[in-house]
Amino acid sequence: MGVESGFSSPRNDVFPAGLRVLVVDDDPTWLKILEKMLKKCSYEVTTCCLAREALNLLRERKDGYDIVISDVNMPDMDGFKLLEHVGLEMDLPVIMMSVDGETSRVMKGVQHGACDYLLKPIRMKELRNIWQHVFRKKIHEVRDIESLEGIESIHMTRSGSDMFDDGHLLGGEDITSVRKRKDADNKHDDKDLSDPSSTKKARVVWTVDLHQKFVKAVNQIGFDKVGPKKILDLMNVPWLTRENVASHLQKYRLYLSRLQKESDIKNSFTGMNHSDPSSKDSTASFGHHNSMNVMQDDLSNGAYSFSVNNSLAQNVDLKGHEGDRKGITSVPVAEPKGALSIDIPDPNKAKSSHISFDHSLGSVDSGLNFASFNSTNLVQYSWSKIPEIQFKQECEPLQLENGFSQLPLPGSHHHMQTEYLQPSASISSGPSITEKEASSSRIEVKPMYDEYGRNHVKHLSPMEAVDLFPVQSKNHTLHNQVFEPISTSTSSMKSPDVSLNWLTDLEFAQRNLNGGAGIPFTSLSEDIQVCWLQGDCYAMNFGLQDFDCTEYNDPALIAEIPFHLYDAPRFDHDHLFDPAEYSALDKGLFA
Amino acid sequence: MERNPMGRQLAIMRQSLFDQGYLDEQFIQLEELQDDANPNFVEEVVTLYYRDSARLILNIEQALERKPFDFNKLDDYMHQFKGSSSSIGAKKVKAESTLFREYCKSGNGEGCTRTFQQLKKEYATLRKKLEAYFQMARQAGPMETACRPK
Repeated sequence: MGVESGFSSPRNDVFPAGLRVLVVDDDPTWLKILEKMLKKCSYEVTTCCLAREALNLLRERKDGYDIVISDVNMPDMDGFKLLEHVGLEMDLPVIMMSVDGETSRVMKGVQHGACDYLLKPIRMKELRNIWQHVFRKKIHEVRDIESLEGIESIHMTRSGSDMFDDGHLLGGEDITSVRKRKDADNKHDDKDLSDPSSTKKARVVWTVDLHQKFVKAVNQIGFDKVGPKKILDLMNVPWLTRENVASHLQKYRLYLSRLQKESDIKNSFTGMNHSDPSSKDSTASFGHHNSMNVMQDDLSNGAYSFSVNNSLAQNVDLKGHEGDRKGITSVPVAEPKGALSIDIPDPNKAKSSHISFDHSLGSVDSGLNFASFNSTNLVQYSWSKIPEIQFKQECEPLQLENGFSQLPLPGSHHHMQTEYLQPSASISSGPSITEKEASSSRIEVKPMYDEYGRNHVKHLSPMEAVDLFPVQSKNHTLHNQVFEPISTSTSSMKSPDVSLNWLTDLEFAQRNLNGGAGIPFTSLSEDIQVCWLQGDCYAMNFGLQDFDCTEYNDPALIAEIPFHLYDAPRFDHDHLFDPAEYSALDKGLFA
Repeated sequence: MERNPMGRQLAIMRQSLFDQGYLDEQFIQLEELQDDANPNFVEEVVTLYYRDSARLILNIEQALERKPFDFNKLDDYMHQFKGSSSSIGAKKVKAESTLFREYCKSGNGEGCTRTFQQLKKEYATLRKKLEAYFQMARQAGPMETACRPK
């Protein structure tokens, strides 16, 4: 895939060396080759030919590995299943590999949370850069911890713009450049980052049992009311601290959110054909940052790129998912291909399209929540009850995460604003979109956010007033108008801090948001997979909502808030969607 | 470019494997991985490949004896085999597996059977050629097998 080739050399010569890599492949030949390659990269390699064995190794030494590379097809356990476990239990970056480059499979891998998907034959140069996934994750962890310490509420505003006809959207930033920048910005953190012990304080090992207790407690309390303290009390584990629980709760939410996003992605995928050169590059990053992916488009190409958010669901069980869907809804959320005129030749791209949605959130800071909210709202089909629940939950997660205000990395800000693509042609509503120079505003981000929020509220009000506030949750019926008032308030709420957090850690925010959504389901069935349903609904919802395209027409707004554009494409989908087609597509892609 | 006749002959032999389409760049990758720590790395990998893939071939063979064909299973097996074949850069073998999988997807049992025969032939041919190559490489001395630009 060459995903990594675009990224340049490590900044730090010491860190990547000694990276502890666990390779899982049932093919002994590949195992031998990969081992050799990784050793040549100065990594510390452990190989194993069975997925279950790998899982045992990982469980025995939770902090014994930095990254996992796993084959997709293994006899004893599906690679995706392994991915799911690793994501939930160890939270390690996982790279999937397969000789099969089918879009659907790559998509599935990324959706399950793979930070990268390598095609066999795998080249050394691809392995040389895998450290970046570890590094990125560490950056996020540091942020997570810090964010946990200051809990506030993050408000997100969501921006959506409608794309008509072509529905091309806009792109955002070049991920690669973002990363680089990010890395550069974080240089001062290097020491801490490269030393896990300094970033984590006495990490609790969440065994399956412990996690079960946790899930039970969450279910007992109810998603809309969960809080670390309550969970802690219910779990009744003496040595556990509130912080441990809070951290796990956060992860859990992220996890659920990923599931949800996954489904979103699916939906969006179905309808879209993407053809964006830049998308490829973004793939890798997607896996990692769920929300961060932005695609850059060259106007010259004529192809618009989507900014994608990736939400990877690690746990997704396809079968379960399908089953759920059938039982609950046969929603034809699918986005008709026609709706989005984007051609996505490769899976990555598909993701990106999806991502665009997230993006919008990210860009707005507050936008993150929106996405989730929207989804909930949208899910009106048969889920009327569910959406409400989700809302509430979402609110909570948001608050927790909002605490992130802590780290406003300049670099991160950058990302958001940097390069906006104007799909001017495609977007009928916003004819006068102009590209924005990324460089312009790192520091300015805060002010922008505020403005954004306000503008957003005013302009977008009809579209999605989705707010983080619980109050809204009750309302979430599709009517956006109801939300408007709320959103306004939210906008005021939105503070630079939030935005900063958001920027720095797009992933984080998104996950949180999503997580919130996912939680309700869990409570219902205790089955994580339930989330799928939501996800589906999520996707479907998009179509339902009405976005005001006109709102976006204002060039000024657009310039500042490119994200809106991202959202727009998706929304259009609903119009086009054909249920039958959707289901068919879905099967094709994920079966 | 080679100093001795044996080396020259070896180089020609190796090049012909590429020219005739038996091997692809992956094989060069393997050669590049060969170093002092693993002076016979390429040969070891190829040996391992043939040892392990024999099992997969057998699986497919048996699956092809059962009618009606379980195309999903066949595709699964062939997927594994293809992945394995990609490891040594067995180009022709890989091409046959791709074709086989296409027949699986279209439910063409006859195509599968035919392709599998062809695949086995390519698989065996490559094996012979590589064995001859490695044998000569051993005679030529360890240095001669080390990476050399295509």
